[in-house]
Amino acid sequence: MSNQDPDWPSENRIWNHSAETLPREEIEALQLERLRAMVERVAKVPFYRDQFEHAEIGPQSIRSLADLRRLPFTTKDDLRRHQPLGFLAVPRKELARIHGSSGTTGIPTFVAYTAQDLRTWSELCARFLVAGGLRPAHTAQVAFGYGLFTGGFGLHYGIERVGAAVIPTAAGNTRRQIDIMRELTPEVLICTPSYALTIADAARELGIDPATLPMRYGHFGGEPWTEDMRREIEDQLGLQAFNNYGLSEVFGPGVAGECPLHEGMHIQEDHFIVECLDPETLEPVAEGEPGELVITNLTREATPLIRYRTRDIARLYREPCACGRTTMRMSRVTGRTDDMLIIRGVNVFPSQIEEALLRVEGTTPHYLIEVDRPGTLDEVRVKVEMRPEIFSDRMDRMQALCEHISREIQTVAGIRAHVDLVEPRSIERFVGKARRVLDKRRLSD
Amino acid sequence: MKLQQLSLFLENRPGQLGAPLEAIAAEGINILTLSLADTAQFGILRLIVREWEQAKQIFEQGGWVVKQTEVVAVDVLDRPGGLASALAVLEAAELNIEYMYAFSLRRDDKAILIFRFEDPDRAIEVLLENGLHVVETEELMRHVG
Amino acid sequence: MHKELWNDAAGGFHPASAPDYLPEQALREVQLRRLRAVVDHAYNNVALFRARMEARDLTPDSIQSLADIAKLPFTVKADLRDTYPSGLFAVPMGDVVRLHASSGTTGKPIVVAYTREDIQVWSEVMARALACYGLHRGDILQNAFGYGLFTGGLGVHYGAETLGATVVPISGGNTDRQLMVIRDFGVSALCCTPSYFAHMLERADELGIDIRASSLRVGVFGAEPWSNAMRHRVEELAGIRAYDVYGLSEIVGPGVASECTEQHGLHLFEDHFYPEIIDPETGEPLPDGEEGELVITTLSKRAMPMIRYRTRDITAIIPERCACGRTLRRMRRIERRSDDMFIIRGVNVFPSQVEAALLAVEGTLPHYQIILTRSGGLDQITVEVEVTAEVFSDKVRALEDVRARLAQSIERILGIRVILRLVEPRTIERSQGKAKRVIDRRHD
Repeated sequence: MSNQDPDWPSENRIWNHSAETLPREEIEALQLERLRAMVERVAKVPFYRDQFEHAEIGPQSIRSLADLRRLPFTTKDDLRRHQPLGFLAVPRKELARIHGSSGTTGIPTFVAYTAQDLRTWSELCARFLVAGGLRPAHTAQVAFGYGLFTGGFGLHYGIERVGAAVIPTAAGNTRRQIDIMRELTPEVLICTPSYALTIADAARELGIDPATLPMRYGHFGGEPWTEDMRREIEDQLGLQAFNNYGLSEVFGPGVAGECPLHEGMHIQEDHFIVECLDPETLEPVAEGEPGELVITNLTREATPLIRYRTRDIARLYREPCACGRTTMRMSRVTGRTDDMLIIRGVNVFPSQIEEALLRVEGTTPHYLIEVDRPGTLDEVRVKVEMRPEIFSDRMDRMQALCEHISREIQTVAGIRAHVDLVEPRSIERFVGKARRVLDKRRLSD
Repeated sequence: MKLQQLSLFLENRPGQLGAPLEAIAAEGINILTLSLADTAQFGILRLIVREWEQAKQIFEQGGWVVKQTEVVAVDVLDRPGGLASALAVLEAAELNIEYMYAFSLRRDDKAILIFRFEDPDRAIEVLLENGLHVVETEELMRHVG
Repeated sequence: MHKELWNDAAGGFHPASAPDYLPEQALREVQLRRLRAVVDHAYNNVALFRARMEARDLTPDSIQSLADIAKLPFTVKADLRDTYPSGLFAVPMGDVVRLHASSGTTGKPIVVAYTREDIQVWSEVMARALACYGLHRGDILQNAFGYGLFTGGLGVHYGAETLGATVVPISGGNTDRQLMVIRDFGVSALCCTPSYFAHMLERADELGIDIRASSLRVGVFGAEPWSNAMRHRVEELAGIRAYDVYGLSEIVGPGVASECTEQHGLHLFEDHFYPEIIDPETGEPLPDGEEGELVITTLSKRAMPMIRYRTRDITAIIPERCACGRTLRRMRRIERRSDDMFIIRGVNVFPSQVEAALLAVEGTLPHYQIILTRSGGLDQITVEVEVTAEVFSDKVRALEDVRARLAQSIERILGIRVILRLVEPRTIERSQGKAKRVIDRRHD
């Protein structure tokens, strides 16, 4: 990226200078002040009130940031048990938005936003978008899905906040995406990393060199990816690729994002406290060591969470970055502490597939989920064992059965899966815990 | 008048067809006729044998998913229009054919049509009323054997 | 703004709705002032419009009264295609903050642009439409319109935010989840196409969910024509009041006109969209009350002003004042069009788009027919294509592949799922003269 960027002087490349370059001691003072206020606010939420009362914790218990460790954890199960919106800390009529994330069962967990939360979210996204090249004069193509379960909205509003133009193509219809890129010449592409590669493939199929597509910057997230993938995307599409991190439980995209140095993602510490813990002992790991990210909301109004266990494995780095931002950085997410899969940006738990099969009468609990990325897009095949109860000598009935199973999977897990009917006992049986997933993708370096 | 047909679920991979056929051949069971319907991923093998109960047992013991269904066999003259004449009768009676397959015989100038009907009993009635010949198992054995 | 006007709890009056009640004289003054400004803006910034004005010896000063609008040239959908993508933009790209697109009459899309102010106007008119149905701050609105380049989803979304309602941006699809959210969330209003709602009701029935027992009280239906008979049916089945919303992306998206609780015609937000009814054959303006084609001039749009845009929708202005008190004129609900476009699941489809898609795969145009049906409350589009010797194969898989490629080609252009059936040669009825390309069995 050149320093002679014509549309914005380089020193303005930090969107919110005062927040992003705050001296360490000031960041920590701000975090402490906000954490105290948050503990007071969440005491209205029955889940926290009960725990606080039990542990005799109140705002006065938080004297230093180290006291964070006295606070209880929040897990996905806790969210699920208090659906819908049991974690609400404001009256319902103050809500401006409701989003969801998939749960371990077919029942999603819902999160809510006040109008102020939406402004905060836009601000968080504006910060990492600007760090990654977005300028007010730019046009950005948002090829992320829009809907209940996506963070696409955060980026959409972030781009608006910066003052750039949005082309909300949403996901899918790749050829049309390419037509639009060529005609409307967006400088910025926003999608999942695997979809970026799909776009490159589709361009080549159309006889177009993907490197000639107009985008100069790409912001990719919503699923794990690797440095190899970054190089591939950058080479093929001729753009600079930026990683960002977030999860809808604590806001959505905007928890952290890369600067042009690409040495980890800057955590927006004025809005989140991120801990990195050993998932077994729940003790902090040494700096730079992998551990589970545990996130506390500092500013969320509608559904703030304390010490939310993300199950994402990453590393944290505290030394200051040469870009001038003073915030702590995190590595890519390198794994999970549970069996959640991310497929085309959608979180999927094997238990959801099991639930979908249970809805189809006569199917066995013997199944295997095969995930692969033959080209650039994830493909899921669910192998289901044939049984006399569901077998028919009529081809149309058999095909209808596959479609039925596939539809139930779509309903419960939100992904399209190929259903392969296989012969009885052809799926390997395990003593003890069954191996339900065969993930053939290479998702870490 | 109905014939017993066995249908097997098979994955569509090389070698999948041989195993069940070998299993019944080992017991000396002769196949009168068979048909295979397939998609890219799986197939349905349909076959007619005289000792269908024994064959069914063999398949089940071998771990295959097997289903027994009733089909109707009709013989027609093996010449142009032979099949069409039978189909015309079924069409006129608005009988729904779920699937069918056919083969011709070496010795006679006959062809055998195997039908799977939604309502086989009514189909047989209609076929007989219209002077068509419904073939029974023993007869089929004689034709083929 | 008086604080008591803010309808915090019990309904009533949203401040954005003030222009709904302007005295007629004041409304006409606003319209004339804005009309002159928009003509001036388009004349100075859109080459096509300027050339057409000059060909008629017109300048912006030629507009001295609202009646003078009839002197201005029409704009038609083909103009958007011919100037694709940005020939009708009237501001520099730097001022554009949003681009939407819809499919044109052939494979090529049309693009529409918005400035920040345009988005504000759009959000305002959509908020006013929602206020027309008695919705207000605190209501939970489930938005099942598709989000993306289609203007339905984001248009309603921004309107609801402006109103201060809670948006559940569920988008289209996954009916079971839609029903679960309606049941569990205290949703007051649902926005979607009327045919999708009919499908939801059937699914609810299968799942044993009684929508009447839910908190849902308002249905906001648009993007496709629907009848009063359908309104009565869904109102009865769901225990809601069902309202029509009208819009088209060339003008702004949803929020051009909307029913009110009187359910008798749609109020045109005519302080921003000036309506005319013309004879579609001669182009002559028709008086209020007479049926003809709706023509709209955008009075405040900056990025892409539309002067006398021919919507091809057939309607009439209702001359009488509405009992609701709004001074905005109303139009009858749209029941038909002056061209061969049809709408399926909210997507506008021209038979010529299907032709372009088939041609792309086969090289020559096969005989085809488009059949529209409604099954389980859901509209389906089936395209039957006669098999030609060139594409025939004895391998089921090869035929299946041809079928899939034809279907994908159509889906790519239309953006919706189609059922593609290969049929035998000469099974599609030939007729003398113009072939009957579309058979609509949805209302059989």
